[in-house]
Amino acid sequence: MLDLTNIRNEFPMLKKNNLVYFDNAATTFKPYKVINAVMDYYENCSVNVHRGDYDLSFQVSNQFDQAREAVAKYLNATSKEIVFTSGASSSLNLVAYGYGQKYLKEGDVILSTEAEHASNILPWFKVSEVTKAKIEYIPLNEEGILSIENFKKAMHDKVKVVTLAQVSNVLGHKVPMKEICKIAHSYGAVVVVDGAQSVPHLKMDVQDLDIDFLAFSAHKMCGPTGVGVLYGKYDLLQATDPFLLGGGSNARFDICGNILLKNAPYKFEAGTPAIEGVLGLKAAVEYLMDIGMEHIEEYEKELNQYFVEKLRPLEHVVIYNPSGTCGIVTFNVKGIFAQDVASYLSSKGFAIRAGNHCAKILIDVIQASETLRASVYFYNTKEEIDAFIQALSEITLEKCIAVVI
Amino acid sequence: MTYFDQNLMRAIIMDHYTNPRNKKLVEDESYKTKHMASESCIDDIYVQSKIEDGVIKDLRFDGVACTISTSSTSIMTALLKNKDIKQAKHIIAQYRAMLNELDYDSELLEEANCFCNLSKQANRIKCGLIGVDAISELIEENEVSNDEQ
Repeated sequence: MLDLTNIRNEFPMLKKNNLVYFDNAATTFKPYKVINAVMDYYENCSVNVHRGDYDLSFQVSNQFDQAREAVAKYLNATSKEIVFTSGASSSLNLVAYGYGQKYLKEGDVILSTEAEHASNILPWFKVSEVTKAKIEYIPLNEEGILSIENFKKAMHDKVKVVTLAQVSNVLGHKVPMKEICKIAHSYGAVVVVDGAQSVPHLKMDVQDLDIDFLAFSAHKMCGPTGVGVLYGKYDLLQATDPFLLGGGSNARFDICGNILLKNAPYKFEAGTPAIEGVLGLKAAVEYLMDIGMEHIEEYEKELNQYFVEKLRPLEHVVIYNPSGTCGIVTFNVKGIFAQDVASYLSSKGFAIRAGNHCAKILIDVIQASETLRASVYFYNTKEEIDAFIQALSEITLEKCIAVVI
Repeated sequence: MTYFDQNLMRAIIMDHYTNPRNKKLVEDESYKTKHMASESCIDDIYVQSKIEDGVIKDLRFDGVACTISTSSTSIMTALLKNKDIKQAKHIIAQYRAMLNELDYDSELLEEANCFCNLSKQANRIKCGLIGVDAISELIEENEVSNDEQ
């Protein structure tokens, strides 16, 4: 299986710190391969792309194109379907404004869930306001899980856009995306997938799943911050308007205001891109593919189950997603505010997140206004989970106060 | 009595967290309300004040917040109640100075002295300020509305 010793040696943050890092749903650590790719750009080829009047620019432009190909390979897509953005939020906004706002009209329905991250619902709120299209929510069950039965019931002829996270950032449940796409397509709806929490962890095949749009961020998959991807089926990308115009996105324009845009994906990439970020992302997807996403997925499922199994006997802990499989464990310590627990664990060397995790409307579903979220990645170990459980089993309100005062 | 014994400081915080004073809002038009939803954490509290003739007649709060936010708001509402505006502002200034590691008059802070080490936990200082920030804003708004009248 995974060679954890070797893997952990490839991450300076794991080598240098005694921190047990369980906040991987927020961002992930970077291996040397990614860090070196970013440094290599600044040290050895720090010039712009697509302005190839000299050799170095030509070389960097080539590397940039190779990054698009590497990401396409990672998703089983073609490179012209890969748009580089500043991150998942930017990708989701691009679909909402560039596609949703262009085609939706009064009477149309945008179908989503109450478990969405703000990035995948707030842009649609705005689109709904402008186009008068309505947002409807697929009911989740008491565990916050989206079932195919509930999806079928919620689906109807007026639904033009289905927008969902493949894996919820709060509860970590994986939705049955292939079936959802099939059903949505039978109604003629387009499926927009927030892949921020799935693309880093699962073996992706956008053709097999038949996803229309897929958004994700590089930094949650060992890549640099400030760069992300929008995958779109090519004809859908062609039908989508850019929401930024500028250098690099147009083929030509004239003084009368006529603009001839380039084809997708270039029409979306106005301005100088985050070149080092894209090259870092290339290194990240190559690194992940070298390990093998099927191995990562399997190991994380094992870690997730181990985590829940060890957490369950603690009587002072409530787990909200015991059946999760994607590395996210959401829980609370009875009688201690989430922030105080996180603060105490921090003093013991554990990094976990307290909060409502940007999916503020989910609060009504799980009846907890704030929770703790421990999220693992493939470089985490069972030993780290054991140490974490030990610290958590010893927690008291008095100790939480004592670490502050 | 000294407030600088660590166990006592923790006991005061524990007491005000598990049995917070003034933690109930009222529906009364003579009260002004301030909502404090922290941008950096998940604290979400409401603070109410009744200020008449230059005196803070009542202070109340409610909401969900961490140990430090809840206990500091409880302690400060208790401390500032029935003080006139000038005294209250002076006490608040001492409290802020303490959290900023500046010189301050500890005599005036009574139980609030239990936060004298909070400045060492940079990420928790804001927890100690959420209630007092609300009270300061309520005092300022009262002064502005008095000026307008």
